Amino acid sequence: MLNRFMQSRLRGLVVLALILVIIPAFLSNSFQYGMVTQIAILAATVVGLNLLVGFAGQISLGHAGFFGLGAYFTGIATGTYGWPSVPALLVGAIMVGIIAWVVGRPILRLKGHYLSMATLAVGFIIAIILNNERALTGGPDGMPVPAFEVFGWELSSFGRYSLLGLEIEGFEAWYIFASVILLVAVWFALNLIESPIGRALRSVHGSEVAASVVGVNTAKYKSLVFVISAIYASLMGSLYAHFLGFITPAVASFEFSILFITMVVLGGMGSTFGVILGAAVLTLLPQVLADFQELETVMFGLILMLTMIFMPKGLLPTLTAIVSKRMRKKAGGEA
Amino acid sequence: MFKTMMRRAGKCAVVATAGLMMMSAQAAEPIKIGSFLSITGPASFLGDPEVKTLEMYVEKINEEGGVLGRQLELIHYDDVGNASSARNFASRLIRSDNVDIIVGGSTTGATMAAVPLIQQAEIPFISLAGAVVITTPVKKWVFKTPQSDRMAAERILADMKDRGITRIGLISGTGGFGSSGRTQTLEVAEKMGMEVVADVTYSGSDTDMTAQLTNIKNTKGVEAVLNFGFGQGPAIVTRNYDQLGMELPFYQSHGVASDSFLELAGSAAEGLRLPASPLLVPDSLPDDDPQKEVVQNYKAEYEARWDSKVSTFGAYAYDGLMLAVRAIEEAGSTDPEAVREALENIKGYVGVTGEFNMSPDDHNGLDPESFRILEVQNGEWKLID
Repeated sequence: MLNRFMQSRLRGLVVLALILVIIPAFLSNSFQYGMVTQIAILAATVVGLNLLVGFAGQISLGHAGFFGLGAYFTGIATGTYGWPSVPALLVGAIMVGIIAWVVGRPILRLKGHYLSMATLAVGFIIAIILNNERALTGGPDGMPVPAFEVFGWELSSFGRYSLLGLEIEGFEAWYIFASVILLVAVWFALNLIESPIGRALRSVHGSEVAASVVGVNTAKYKSLVFVISAIYASLMGSLYAHFLGFITPAVASFEFSILFITMVVLGGMGSTFGVILGAAVLTLLPQVLADFQELETVMFGLILMLTMIFMPKGLLPTLTAIVSKRMRKKAGGEA
Repeated sequence: MFKTMMRRAGKCAVVATAGLMMMSAQAAEPIKIGSFLSITGPASFLGDPEVKTLEMYVEKINEEGGVLGRQLELIHYDDVGNASSARNFASRLIRSDNVDIIVGGSTTGATMAAVPLIQQAEIPFISLAGAVVITTPVKKWVFKTPQSDRMAAERILADMKDRGITRIGLISGTGGFGSSGRTQTLEVAEKMGMEVVADVTYSGSDTDMTAQLTNIKNTKGVEAVLNFGFGQGPAIVTRNYDQLGMELPFYQSHGVASDSFLELAGSAAEGLRLPASPLLVPDSLPDDDPQKEVVQNYKAEYEARWDSKVSTFGAYAYDGLMLAVRAIEEAGSTDPEAVREALENIKGYVGVTGEFNMSPDDHNGLDPESFRILEVQNGEWKLID
């Protein structure tokens, strides 16, 4: 029974949960907690983006636009108009979903990479609006965002909470919260991939002509997954805004979109756990390389280049392949 | 029995020595100054001279024996002009590096992103960014060295008023600097009983502002034109202004107060006025000006060390570091609350940017007069007021 469980798709989820439980043992201060919390939020975003890139074979170059829109909707609704966090988060996500559908639906009827161009434009437009609507967004100087709160209960990374009789700090509470969110995001993505939708998507990725010949409505599935990944981005953008407490239009910038895509490609397209690793590596690298001063950017580029040359399938798929090859060799040697 | 006693005495000796060693280690422990700056990226023109200034003067102070007999240690990170990485590096400085004071934050966005964290951690912070929001309303742990854009607007409008001008045409960039400057100008104008009769904007990527200027030219009753902007834009506005043959008095903001602007705008800049740091005209300052010596020294030392032109942004870092050092000296320790209180009570510190008089209600400590009004004459800056 244990064996059957380990074979199932939940195996990865359990391993991820264990890793998330073990991580705090290696953290010594709130700065490190803050980094891991951000990684969890960004990882959940790219898990959503990976559905589009890794399974539908479409590239979005404007995902930070959706992320930023979610962040700013939350910031404006909770900060300026005093909405509670959860409705703001949900309404923001619905709005972003509608925008994604309006943009994606006509374009995804076409074959090829037209979606990347459209999302590129949408991302730019969103960034320009956030920069210019000073009265609403605070312009390029950014705006503060209140702490996340549910029914008057506030989750601030500076607070103190008691959970089941345990005193925990706000940053630890945020880490737990973000970990749970990441697990839910991964669980949903895994289920979607194994559902008829996921199978249809993979057939589209394999050969769009073949898929439509066997009766898959390719345009419908592609737009559906595009909308889902945009909603992922919006929800995570809202949480990111609450966690940071201050946002600038940089969260919707083109550079940030590219960072998301790089996380997917580096971690391994189509590998849900790979992209989490990608998110972790790309968020931590600037911190690790900070000591190299001027050489930081060069090192960053060099690492990305070498990884792509020697591990074109991404970090996790390549590493798993190496490990299983070794294991097989060992098993073969023993037999 | 004797053995146990000996062993105990030994233990005591070990503990005592260890304690002494720890104490001496503490005395020699450096004072940690943390900094997060936009050293690379789009705001590198701010962060680059700032980090050079900090490095150079920390070295100099250490050679001269440090502060309170302790050496200074500068820990700086590059936030690439991105607010969220600024916040992360501020967090790292506070929680991981355990710095005693932070001098940094090149842009308003980077500063404001770090402020909630700094307020919470209760670490004194001297920002090097411009906008009014940083110190208005006053935040307990946050100070800043540059004058705000509001002061620039006040200084420009006051100079206009002296020339009998009350109706102005405003042309501003839509970037952070220009749009904040526009808001402040409109507010100050209303307060001073002046009227903004034309109000046009251009975006950062525009290459021709003739249309906007023609609009101002055709507005009846404009007596002077003010351009609030940053980077390329103001140089283009200046050239277009000249091409259109507009004769009205023309003002620029402190955003372009650098020698490179003169090169970009060329002869078209002739006759325009702007508020600027005395750093642009160190030698024409009157001899009784207390800032003269400070400004001349900073310029000479910076240019000798880095072989590049001095900039007003580096001067913000100079003043930030010197204020921090002075506060630590006055507090007699690096206790955050004592340093903060000393900072808040600094009076009459003469820096490169101006004379700082801090108070519990004013965490900037400068007045509009710290800006000098300069006029371009024969392709050079000329001190007017």
